[in-house]
Amino acid sequence: MLLEDRVALITGASRGIGRAIATTFAEQGARVVITSRSPELDETAALIRERGGRATAVRGDLRDDGFPRELITRCKKEHGRIDVLVNNAGVLLSGLLGMISIESLRETFETNTLATIHLTQYAVRLMDSGRNPSIVNVASIAGTRGLDGVTGYAASKGAVVAFTRSSAKELAPKGIRVNAVAPGIIDTAMTRGLTEDVRRRRTAAIALGRMGTPQEVANVALFLASSLASYVTGQVLGVDGGMVA
Amino acid sequence: MNKDKLRSCFSQTLGIPIERVTDDLAYNSIEEWDSVGHMAVVADLESTFDVMLDTDDILNLGSVGQAVAILRRLGVDFDAA
Repeated sequence: MLLEDRVALITGASRGIGRAIATTFAEQGARVVITSRSPELDETAALIRERGGRATAVRGDLRDDGFPRELITRCKKEHGRIDVLVNNAGVLLSGLLGMISIESLRETFETNTLATIHLTQYAVRLMDSGRNPSIVNVASIAGTRGLDGVTGYAASKGAVVAFTRSSAKELAPKGIRVNAVAPGIIDTAMTRGLTEDVRRRRTAAIALGRMGTPQEVANVALFLASSLASYVTGQVLGVDGGMVA
Repeated sequence: MNKDKLRSCFSQTLGIPIERVTDDLAYNSIEEWDSVGHMAVVADLESTFDVMLDTDDILNLGSVGQAVAILRRLGVDFDAA
């Protein structure tokens, strides 16, 4: 198993890509601590336990003062360390320029960008350089290549890309690898919120001719989290089926 | 006793004699206590006293005396003999 005896903290694990990452990591031997503000988080934990895995579910909003610290303290008390952090929690903000409210922009940046940076600051303090610690951020093709109609979201994810590359450099002396996956159009509740026209147009731009699945993103996150990627840091790996536009 | 432990944390992580660890010893006042040394001190304090500091606490930890105040707020007893 690729994550035997590893402790992994995964945010936004109640559904979609986060749930797929949590279940995949648990199947690969990790003890997972999962978090989300949604009650569906318990379903993810139940799914993991049904399959014989170990999961601790901690409900909360990463934007709340004090919650990141509470979450990391829980990891410390239960496991004594964190080997893998997956910053996945995110919200999609759609809207054409001129029609994006400042409130929705704030929520998007607070969740997608600020919470990622803030939680990372806490988590690295529980990482042991001798255990090949790894951070995997979930960016987006919107953040790496740009996508119309979601410019605020794209900007928040572009910042995640910059944070990934910068923190990889800063944390390398501590033996901590930092990488990101950049999903394209993945079939999740988040993209089901797009209009049919937009979904059709997006899918037409994918070389493989179909949307991706959460599992396909989880598989790449698994690679980056595991020792298979022991010499990989500061990378942003597209999981987009060859998105060409 | 906890005060001795605290002074020992600073002394060992910063690599300075324990006599130099006084309450008014301040961040960036000596070469050894720079930002890298600061994070090492924080990590050692956290593991020694089994606490987790807030980011704001880390930023506000500007002297040994302030470390005592922060740890006291987190429940560490510095009054026992």
